[in-house]
Parts: sequence; structure tokens; C-alpha cells
Amino acid sequence: MSIEVLMPALSPTMEEGTLTKWHVKVGDEVKSGDVIAEIETDKATMEVEAADEGTVARILVDEGTENVQVNAVIALLAGEDEDVSDVKSEAPKEKTKETPKTDAGQGEKTSRESGEKAKKETAEPKVEVQSDPDIPEGTEYATQTVREALRDAMAEEMRRDETVFVMGEEVAQYEGAYKVTQGLLAEFGDKRVVDTPITEHGFAGLGVGAAMAGLRPIVEFMTFNFAMQAIDQIINSAAKTRYMSGGQMSCPIVFRGPNGPAARVGAQHSQDYASWYAHIPGLIVIAPYSAADAKGLLKAAIRDPNPVIFLENEVLYGKSFEVPKLEDHVLPIGKARVMKEGSDVTLVSHSHGITYCLEAMATLEEEGLDVELIDLRTIRPLDMDTVVASVKKTNRLVTVEETWPVCGIGAEIAAEVQARAFDYLDAPILRVAQKNVPMPYAANLEKLALPSAAEVVEAVKTVCYR
Amino acid sequence: MASKSSSKPAAKSAGKPAQKKQAKKSDGGPAPLSRDDELKAYRDMLLIRRFEEKAGQMYGMGLIGGFCHLYIGQEAVVVGMQMAIRDGDQVITGYRDHGHMLATGMDPKGVMAELTGREGGYSKGKGGSMHMFSRDKKFFGGHGIVGAQVPLGTGLAFANRYREDGSVCLAYFGDGAANQGQVYESFNMAELWQLPVVYVIENNQYAMGTSVARSSAQTNLSKRGISFNIPGEQVDGMDVRAVREAGARAVESCREGNGPYILEMMTYRYRGHSMSDPAKYRAKEEVNKMRAEHDPIEQVRLRLIESKSLSEDDLKKIDKEIKGIVNEAAEFAQSSPEPDPSELWTDVLADVEA
Repeated sequence: MSIEVLMPALSPTMEEGTLTKWHVKVGDEVKSGDVIAEIETDKATMEVEAADEGTVARILVDEGTENVQVNAVIALLAGEDEDVSDVKSEAPKEKTKETPKTDAGQGEKTSRESGEKAKKETAEPKVEVQSDPDIPEGTEYATQTVREALRDAMAEEMRRDETVFVMGEEVAQYEGAYKVTQGLLAEFGDKRVVDTPITEHGFAGLGVGAAMAGLRPIVEFMTFNFAMQAIDQIINSAAKTRYMSGGQMSCPIVFRGPNGPAARVGAQHSQDYASWYAHIPGLIVIAPYSAADAKGLLKAAIRDPNPVIFLENEVLYGKSFEVPKLEDHVLPIGKARVMKEGSDVTLVSHSHGITYCLEAMATLEEEGLDVELIDLRTIRPLDMDTVVASVKKTNRLVTVEETWPVCGIGAEIAAEVQARAFDYLDAPILRVAQKNVPMPYAANLEKLALPSAAEVVEAVKTVCYR
Repeated sequence: MASKSSSKPAAKSAGKPAQKKQAKKSDGGPAPLSRDDELKAYRDMLLIRRFEEKAGQMYGMGLIGGFCHLYIGQEAVVVGMQMAIRDGDQVITGYRDHGHMLATGMDPKGVMAELTGREGGYSKGKGGSMHMFSRDKKFFGGHGIVGAQVPLGTGLAFANRYREDGSVCLAYFGDGAANQGQVYESFNMAELWQLPVVYVIENNQYAMGTSVARSSAQTNLSKRGISFNIPGEQVDGMDVRAVREAGARAVESCREGNGPYILEMMTYRYRGHSMSDPAKYRAKEEVNKMRAEHDPIEQVRLRLIESKSLSEDDLKKIDKEIKGIVNEAAEFAQSSPEPDPSELWTDVLADVEA
């Protein structure tokens, strides 16, 4: 049987080209890999190599022919045990690039059915998230800082699972630049509490590799500002590999550290990255406010089989909260918390943004406004059900966050709420966020750049038409 | 050959620069392979060659989309290195990865079906040429960002040390990736923590269209580990015997706890960087000379014939068998259906374990 030599496509976009030169003539023997022709594409001249062994039997497209369609038969080779003269001459087929058929041999009905099925199945699947587990009656509470709660979460998980380890700059001997890993080296030793060089890109990638091999690394960034050095490994390696491997690979890793504006540290050390990571499929993003949530969610993050971005806040580290004294306090990822129920307006925030809301609520209460406050806790996936249910009740929404407003979490929430609760809204959704400038250093300017309780009060009054 | 193993951590001291530890090769050329090994090398290299030729052909027919980086010319590197490792050792590489997958024993059908974006591909069609994995064969990808696999491979080695399981990771990268910063971040940590990783630099002379001389201040890439005290060797990457021998030396050193090792494989790719690269940056004579005088497969073929291990007919039989495997893979890759539309939404996140 003769072997067809086809006009090749040499780039993803090429549809036709010029056959500029033949390097072989009828009767020549060719081996796979031999250059047999030259073609000119939209980009450059390229050589065509034979992919099969045989003798050139017919040349069907002459040198110098323009606009030869990709996949047109340009020559015929006689295969082994075949006489060149037996190969019949055929006119070049003007084949155009066809999409490969996948339902060959199946009837029209079947393909239409599969089309309908496809439509149904291409809807993003909805994931049910469980509510917080009930805290048993009579449970004692301990007053703890967020810092201590985070440390306890790591220590408990490290006791529970040998594959959990912590790595990062100054996490071991120095006990953490913000003292979050205090005491861990003493208890777990330097095999599991690993000081790294200042090499974010490298140790983030190393952590991802270790996670792919089945360990459960907790990678601490001294602050998330430095994680920009490592963001390629976080997004391209950690977040996408499960999908790219068809579910074969997993990357159970937690990237944690302080995020968001600190105080008087200038533009490069004061930035909230929540919306950056929330953009990425394949990542989970958590940003808790209270110590109890920090503990319960960090434990959940360490156990989660997916890469988790765990955004802490330097200003909150030293703040004390009541943390339930439970043997295993684990909270569901992806569930917002209604911190206070109210009927007049919904305030949605997370992490340090909550402090502005709480301060504003004291003022608003005096003015007779009953605010419902939602702490998102998880930023990806966003618990829109809780937010929408609240807006359907209050008919008004203000979002509060410490990042810039453009493409921020508030922007995402506003888009979702108008899609799902348009008819329930009695006022435009307003966003309180950082001003659209790099963080200034001067104390007065920094204060102006950040959101404030006063701005929250003003926004709430505006949407309530007060 | 194993002389460096006795020099354990002492060899890492500043007084003994890494260069002193290299070039321990015996003077009479690389150690010969047994007849069985020669035969295996021939078959494995030929499979890669024929597979890649077929992939190039299918790309030309529009059956394979996007980018497609062929491994033709470099076959001796992966085949020789694979002969130097054992079960449990991991392999990770960049985007020119088809050869590595076949060398680790992954099924040509699954690899080719991934190239055509079909359900039967290793990633169910969701990864493509640059993104395939096999937990079973300890192949950890297939990574599309130049150099990103180097910290990842270092992390695989970190896990080996953590578990004390004696496994070694081969982290492959090219002469182009050798100029990425994260490579040196990895070198530093690997030596600092004595991680069992062999950095295999596949120096095929060109980073896309830029020659090593035009991109690298130090063109001897085996020296790139000197300031980290990592030993390095330049190896004839066109000779599978030399690759296997140097590979065995490096892997053994890693396994004994001496930390990382660098092997610079001097190799050559016959084709362009990708299918759409006309390779105008090098002379045709250069390519032809390489193919004529240093072809890794031809070298083994000649040895097999000269030693009368095999006749021309025997070799033809093997060629035919390999061609059959490749044709079967190509047929499978075209008959396997496209992934079900529902696959769009799967494998983004894993379900949380109960």
C-alpha cells in the first residue's frame, strides 16, 4: 500500500503554505527523518522530513505551488515490497484541516444526545459546605491570641501526622519573625521545623515538590509580600498540577504568613493579596479574623488535600479571643460566619477588615441601624449562599476590605449579588477599600489610604439613605 | 568508578573544590554495556526516535495542537540515566518530556493520546504535551515553565531524605533553564541539606534559538555548582554508555548521602526548539555532522553489528516491532474519544477526606 505524504502544519495557526522545493525525485529511496521538501509558512521556510520509509512514487504538488492546504497529499511513497509503478497517480486532495471526529460510527441521534448531555454537564458543580460543628454545652474557653492559636493548630497537626512539617525563613531557631512558630523546634526538632535561606522562589517550589511526593508542608512566608518572588510556583506548579495531571497528582500544602497592611512599613510591605490568590482555580484561600477561626481553619487547611493560601494579619496576631478548649477544633473551609444578625444592612468583610466593621457598628447602633455582619473567613471558595441570604433579608450591602477596590473581593461579591439577588436590592452596593494608591509611609497619609470605621459608617448610611 | 563515595562529607569542605571530585572516568572510554543492555538501549532509544517522528507527523496533520517539543537526537541521555537508577527513584523534567516518559516505561499509547488531547491520555487530555505524570512510574512531569521543575525535583529529594527511603531524584533541565535563578536557589538548599538529587543538565547547545555561548557567562555548565560545592561532570550525552556510567556514579554518590550531583550531558537536538521553529540560528552542516557522526542510536547499532551480537535481519525485526508499537499508539491516539465535557470541571480540587 502506498504511503501518503501530507502537507504538514508547522505551527498551531498555519492553514496553508507554499511548497518551495522538492529535495527528492521519483524513484528516490527515503528513510524516516530525511529532508524531502521545503515549505514556506507564514513565519519562515521550513524543512519537511519523511516520517516513513519508502520509495518516492509520485510527486503530486509541484515546486513553487502556493496556497497548498495543510493535510493535502503532496506525494506518495511506495512501501516495502511494492513497485513504484503500481502506485496510482491521484489528484491532490484539497483537504482542509478537519477537527478529529470523536463519535465516528455513531448515529446523529447519539451525537445530539451527547451534545445535550454536554450542556448539562458543563455547569460548574455546586459543592455543599457543612456548617460549623456545634460546640458541646459546657465547653470551656481559653483566652488566646491569634498567634498562640495558630501555633497550637500547627503543633496539634504535627503531633497527629508525621508528614506535616514547617519550613520558612526564621521559623526554627528564631521561632518565627512574628513568633508564630514559637516552641515548635523544641518539640519537633530540626527535621520537621526547617529554617530556610532567604530564597522564596526556591523553597516554595521545594515545598510543592515535597507535597507532590506525599508530605504535607506548611510553608511560612515571613510576609506575603515576599511570596511574589514565589508566585509562579504557587500558581503554575501548586494550583494547576492536579488538573493538568487529570487528577493523578496532588499537592497538599499550606502557604501561610502575615498578609495585608501592617503599620508604617511603606508600599512594598503593606499589601493585601486576597484577591490575587482568590482569582486562581486550584487554590483555596483562607483569611480568618478571630483566634478560634484561625485555629480551626488552619487545622482544616493542613488536613486538606489541596494547596491552601492561609492569609494571616500582623495587626491581629496579638489580639485575644475566646478559643474553645476542644481536643480537635476543626472548622469547615468555605463557610462564612454571621458574626451578628441584623435587619437593616449587610456588612461583609474578612480578616482585619472586621475591626473597622465592629467599630462602625457601635456608632451605627446608636443611630438606630441594625447591621448584619458577615465574616467571610474563606475567600476561595466564597460562601455566596450566606451573603445572598443575608442580602435578601436586609436588601442592602456594603463590603469592607483592606485591598484596592479594583477587581477586589468586594467587586466579586457585588457582581455575584446583583446576579443572584438583583430584585432584592434597595440600594447600590458600596465598597469600602484601600485607596487606589501604593501605601504611603507618612502616618497621616497611611491613615487616609486605609479604610476606616468612619468610611464604613458613611457607606452604610448612604445605602440606607440616611 | 565509585571512588568518590569514600570521600563523603570531607569532599564538601571548602578546601576541596568540587572540580577535584570530577573527571574520574577511566581513560579508555566508557565501560562497555552487556549485550542485553546494548539491546535494551537500542530498543528504548529507537522507540523514542520513532515515537517522536510520528508525533511530528501527526502535528503536521493537525492532530496534535499547541506546542510540541521533540526529543530527537537526545535519546541517549534519558535512556542511559534510566539504566542508572532503580525502582522508587523519581524523574522530573521540563517541557521536552516525551522521551523521559517513554524511558520510565510509560505506555506510548497513553502519551500519544495525551498529545492528541484524548480521554485515553495520561492526563485525560487535560495536560497536553508538556504536562503528563505517572505516579506508578515515578514520573513527576512534564513542566512548562522553564526551570520550575528544578525546585520541584529538589522537593522530591527532600521528601526522600525526610522519609529516609534511600531514593534519588533525577531533575532534568536544559542549558536554557540553567540560567534561571531558581536553579541556584535549589542548588544551595540541596547542598545545604544534602539532598539526594542528580541535576541532569541536557545541554543541547541552544536555548530555543540562543546558543550557550550567547547566553551563558560560564559555558561549562557542569561548573555551575562550584560555589555550592556540588560536584559536576561533563558527559558525552550522545553515547549511552558514557551516560549510564556517569549516571551510576552520580546516583550512587547521592544514595550514599553525599548530597546533590551535577551531570552536564553534551547532547544535540536535531529538530527545532518546537515544531514551529525553522532553526535558522544554526548551520545545516552542523546538524548533518552531528547526525552523521554522533547519532546515539547509530552508535549502538554499529556496535551490535560489529560485535556480531545481532544481524541486520535481527535489527530489522526490532525496527519493525518498534514501528508497530508506535503505529498502535498513533491509532489509539486517534480513536480514543475526546474527554467528556463533564471533565471540564473535574480535578480542579480534591475532595476533602472524611
